[in-house]
Amino acid sequence: MIGRVSAPPDQPVKPVSATAFPIAAGSGAIARPRPRRLRGLAAYALLLPSGVFLAAFTYWPVLQVAIGSLSVQAFGGAAHWGFGNYARLFADPHFAGAVRNNLVYAVGTIVPSLTLALLFALSLRESTRLTALLRTLIVLPLLIPLVAAASLFIFIFLPGAGLLDYYLARFGAAETNWLGDPSLALGSIIAITVWKNTGYYMLFFLAGLAGIPQELLDAAKIDGANTVQRFLRITLPLLCPTLTFVLVIAVLNVLTQVDHVIVMTQGGPSDSTSLLLYYIYQQAHQNYDIGLASAATVVSVAFLFTLSVVSLRTLDRGIHYEA
Amino acid sequence: MRRDAGLLVTVLLCGAALLWAIPFAWMAVASLRPGGAGNADIASLFPAGPLSMANFAEAWASGHFPLWYVNTVVLCGGILGVQCVTISLAGYAFARLRFRYRETLFHLFLLQLMLVPPILIVPNMTTLVALHLYDTLPGVMAPYFASAFGVFLMRQTFRTIPREYEEAALVDGASRLSIIFRVLLPLARPGLVAFAIVSVTAHWNEFLWPLMATSSPSTQVLTVGLASFTSGAEAGSAWGVIAAGTFFVAAPLLVIFVVFQRQFVSSFTLSGIK
Repeated sequence: MIGRVSAPPDQPVKPVSATAFPIAAGSGAIARPRPRRLRGLAAYALLLPSGVFLAAFTYWPVLQVAIGSLSVQAFGGAAHWGFGNYARLFADPHFAGAVRNNLVYAVGTIVPSLTLALLFALSLRESTRLTALLRTLIVLPLLIPLVAAASLFIFIFLPGAGLLDYYLARFGAAETNWLGDPSLALGSIIAITVWKNTGYYMLFFLAGLAGIPQELLDAAKIDGANTVQRFLRITLPLLCPTLTFVLVIAVLNVLTQVDHVIVMTQGGPSDSTSLLLYYIYQQAHQNYDIGLASAATVVSVAFLFTLSVVSLRTLDRGIHYEA
Repeated sequence: MRRDAGLLVTVLLCGAALLWAIPFAWMAVASLRPGGAGNADIASLFPAGPLSMANFAEAWASGHFPLWYVNTVVLCGGILGVQCVTISLAGYAFARLRFRYRETLFHLFLLQLMLVPPILIVPNMTTLVALHLYDTLPGVMAPYFASAFGVFLMRQTFRTIPREYEEAALVDGASRLSIIFRVLLPLARPGLVAFAIVSVTAHWNEFLWPLMATSSPSTQVLTVGLASFTSGAEAGSAWGVIAAGTFFVAAPLLVIFVVFQRQFVSSFTLSGIK
């Protein structure tokens, strides 16, 4: 069971024990100071291993797609520079469709999963045996691969014999092609995402709620504020950093997770579940159109880059637990 | 009146939580149901009649689960092992040393929180091919050897450790590397454990990048294997077998989670970003 979820800054710190390192007491002054330059070199040497891999697999790829997207491959001829790939990309109805789907998918997953996560967190914040059990049930989907969730939901959404139709039939509902109907497929993909991510976001809200001083709420209660007032005037404003932080993660998830689309619908039927990253995957993997895939990657990198610049402060605050 | 409202909330919550558990309940019931394909009541959430392990046996026989397990464990272990070294070194530098461009470099590192490998599949595959690492497990691991989140976490953890420890070791003539690995890392265990949980969970569950970076069956990991396994079994409507296969993939982390829940929860809330 998930017990009390404590506020984030509780990273356990071992108390300094004077006996473990008897020499430690007041020895700071003895440590020989190093020359400034050497110290700088040591720092760069320590950063080097991480730096090499970041350069090879984060910075260089960004440059590479930027360059690749500007290199236009002519039929049989040599490549030349230009915005041809972008022109093709923005003229491609499949790309426009993927962007539109991704927007619907973003709103459709983020709004319900954040709302539900907040509701769950608010009602499960007290620690009892029951709430601990319920929290666990809601968090469990976070632990399984999205592909595994997709395997389960393929059956749940199976027309006729599937779990959903089997039980809906008892209420007289007719057979529904959840994943095969273009007007329903994206909704089904959204449902599995909400199921999978709500527990994750709930954990952050629980941690955020634990950081709100109980005295504040008690004081407001004594002053006659009712539950709704206390929520709107105290809890929600104090929860704002957490909310922003969770929102950033949720947006990131919306752009970087397409495993279920690949396994369940392959972007179909009639492109109704094609998301931006799925489009990129399709161009690279099935159509071998690297120019188009690069241009689309640049678009999504540009968006994420903007998001990270805007949210860097938030991120910093969100995971910045100075001792 | 208030009691009624409280009761209503409790009932609603229990209902929602049960709804959340349905896919798992179905996985358990369907995988234990005898009869294999063509069972009309395969959707029922209530077991009827004797339970059977036949679906597990069939799933195990028709997939390459031992190979997938080994590959996944090697993948997660390899990534984590290298990460522990890279994040400790960089985390120490950012936590303790002063040097030019420290803030700029730190922000450059943090960019990786957003520009995650799945977004960069197209260029990273080109890089893997150029390095002759395509279709190898080290190739799948390589983009994760540096971890911005890990560096961040280690920086924070190192900062909570009083400087006296390393100063004492310095006086004894220890080198900087031995200070990091012998003195600080043992003290930074809570941070490392939190990072390990997040890292292993993320890579155990990852699909798109391993799918793209490998092509032969011998380098498949559990998620990639499950996807091809599912599409095969789906054609035969062997839903009980799919449930059993899904169980094989999901069970290890679920079991570890249930055992070490407190640790998992605090790691995840600490992490935010994988």
